[in-house]
Amino acid sequence: MTSLQTKTPAVATAPAQPPKVPKAPRSANTTRLIVGGAAVLLAVAFIALITSPPNDDARPVSLGFSLNSLFRWMGGLNPIVQIPIILVIFGLVVALILLLIEFAPRAGRGYFYARLAACFVLPVLAFMLLRPYQNALIWVLAIALIVGALLFFADYRSRQGAGYLFQLVTFMTPAVLLLTIGLIYPTVATIYQSFFDKTSQTFVGLDNYFWVFANPEGFWSVVNTLIWVLVAPVFSTIVGLAYAAFIDRAKGEKYLKSLVFMPMAISFVGAGIIWKFIYDNRQGEQVGLLNAIITAFGGQPVSWLDAQPLINTFLLLVVFIWTQTGFAMVILSAAIKGVPTEQMEAAELDGTNAWQRFTNVTVPGIRSSLIVVLTTIAIGSLKVYDIVAVMTGGRANTTVLGFEMVNQQQRFQSYGHSAALAVVLFLFVLPLIIYNANQMRKQREIR
Amino acid sequence: MIADTLIDDRSKRQIARANAKSEKTAQARLTSRGATIVAVIIAIFWTIPTFGLFVTSFRPGADTQSTGWWTVFTDPSFTLDNYSQALNSGGTALTLAQSFINSLGITIPATVFPLVIASLAAYAFAWIDFKGKNIVFVGVFALQIVPIQMALVPLLSLFSKGLTVNGVGIFPGFELRDAEHSFATVWIAHAIFALPLAIFMLHNFISEIPGEVIEAARVDGAGHGQMFFRIVLPLATPAIASFAIFQFLWVWNDLLVATIFAPSSSLPLTQTLNSLSGTWGNQWFLQSAGAFISIIVPLIVFFSLQRFFVRGLLAGATKG
Repeated sequence: MTSLQTKTPAVATAPAQPPKVPKAPRSANTTRLIVGGAAVLLAVAFIALITSPPNDDARPVSLGFSLNSLFRWMGGLNPIVQIPIILVIFGLVVALILLLIEFAPRAGRGYFYARLAACFVLPVLAFMLLRPYQNALIWVLAIALIVGALLFFADYRSRQGAGYLFQLVTFMTPAVLLLTIGLIYPTVATIYQSFFDKTSQTFVGLDNYFWVFANPEGFWSVVNTLIWVLVAPVFSTIVGLAYAAFIDRAKGEKYLKSLVFMPMAISFVGAGIIWKFIYDNRQGEQVGLLNAIITAFGGQPVSWLDAQPLINTFLLLVVFIWTQTGFAMVILSAAIKGVPTEQMEAAELDGTNAWQRFTNVTVPGIRSSLIVVLTTIAIGSLKVYDIVAVMTGGRANTTVLGFEMVNQQQRFQSYGHSAALAVVLFLFVLPLIIYNANQMRKQREIR
Repeated sequence: MIADTLIDDRSKRQIARANAKSEKTAQARLTSRGATIVAVIIAIFWTIPTFGLFVTSFRPGADTQSTGWWTVFTDPSFTLDNYSQALNSGGTALTLAQSFINSLGITIPATVFPLVIASLAAYAFAWIDFKGKNIVFVGVFALQIVPIQMALVPLLSLFSKGLTVNGVGIFPGFELRDAEHSFATVWIAHAIFALPLAIFMLHNFISEIPGEVIEAARVDGAGHGQMFFRIVLPLATPAIASFAIFQFLWVWNDLLVATIFAPSSSLPLTQTLNSLSGTWGNQWFLQSAGAFISIIVPLIVFFSLQRFFVRGLLAGATKG
């Protein structure tokens, strides 16, 4: 919020459209001063809020309706009925947002008061829908009002004219709020929690991290995750690339592609069942394809998903590769079609064979797509949860970080361990995030 | 660049001829025996598992217990009993059929919410200037890759217990555990987790709408609200459609978010199937029917809208 507010102009010579005359340059400093003062007030109100004496009996207050009561009411309805109701409510909220945006920047007394009202009513309304507790109510209201005042003032004095900042804030608030509540805050909270014990009460330092690397479950989850992230992207990409190259411009290419692409639409749960059936092992006649083939050649049936060391992990990897190859194939196929035919023809004239053309012309031509495919699948394989949950439930040392983290939380209520596993997973993903973000910054600079 | 000018210089007929020629050479290449064999092997390997389970789902239960599905070619016998039995299995609270309905109840709103919210934000990123826009945008992009495992537990406790700082309740949790079919927390969670990718993809598309179109609308007196609703949304329909398919498949197929956030009577298909799969054990006639009940909707969506889906993949990937 505040970062947006304080962006008020350094050299504000531009006039604000509505009623006032053009402002003198010093008004920029005034604006900044007042915005800064409001920000301080906001901080004071917040500190007052969290230091006010707790009151256990406090009841949440609301305007008689709140998000909670809405959700409770909807919870009693049939799922099918809920769909149109929630969509209509959501549609109305969005329509209101768009109306506000449309009318906000207009000049005139009426619009001025409309903005003023919106700036104060919306934050208060938002807080009331979230039902603050009674004992803190006064501070919550204070915060809401200060936010409203701050928004209105900064908007009124903004360089591009009143209403500009208001529009921007209205456009962005839903997304920014959700991302802050749902991704940024939880990420910080998880990191914080990973230094505390099971119940998040006692500080234990790095104990949870030692546990991750010393305990068998934790250790195997790290090892297996590393195997996943190293093997899955490479295999999916190689197979996808080979298939894309072989069927390129062949007859019925579309249908041939669909065959390999189809597993992408299947859930990991479905894919897990499909492959568990292949790996099935039982007494007597084998109905699982793999064991049937082995017994047909006179071998002994194997209990594949218990086969250690690492055999079962690789069998789970097969399922993941099976689902991801289609993705690699589609992206790479499009990239191969983008390689200029002139280059291919020139190479052909030089007397190269098909393999040489492939490695010297095609592969360099699709390099950036290859990187995208590899990183995307690598990220996917780090986060994998469903396949392990469905096929083995983490038994027989097949667990991975993404699964073990949920397992610790759900089965053992061990929040510290769970958080530490999540943080280790996050650290594995971090290099890929940085790499991708850099890549994107470069691209934006080129544009 | 050079290729572009070359193409410009050549007549259409020449291009057509060149295309036909390169197609012929490509086909000639495919006839090389090794390539064909490998392609066929890959195609078979990618199809057989699904096909085997599909066949099994129509075989009488007793047969599937004693013989492999491939014997169906020599000894065909089919039934639909597996499907009715699978649909009605589960606890008294939640059968597979009911969780099919739940899946719909979860998926449709959880597809619409992030799309609308993200297109609002994407529009602001594309057409409203503000300080620090690039940094914020790269930040949103980076959030895309944060594993949702990082966010699960704190978000769950925020939903169920609320937020308490220093003993002072700032926000009470939702009291939805005893509600009959409450999807609210699942909707919100899915919407949040989809936002970064949605904003990124839609921004790529919306920012490429020609500036003249936007400027013309502005001259005609349209505010940002009208421009968004009347111009940007219709023009961005292909991108929105492809992301909608993306998100629909992702939510329908999701197990993790539902496992964590859905109350026990509101579980979707994937979760019910997963727990039933344990109960069914080696009864593959039930497993296969159950699996196909869960697969059928995404497959229909996928095959009927494949074009949009592929386009979305390409837009998201080649620009990332």
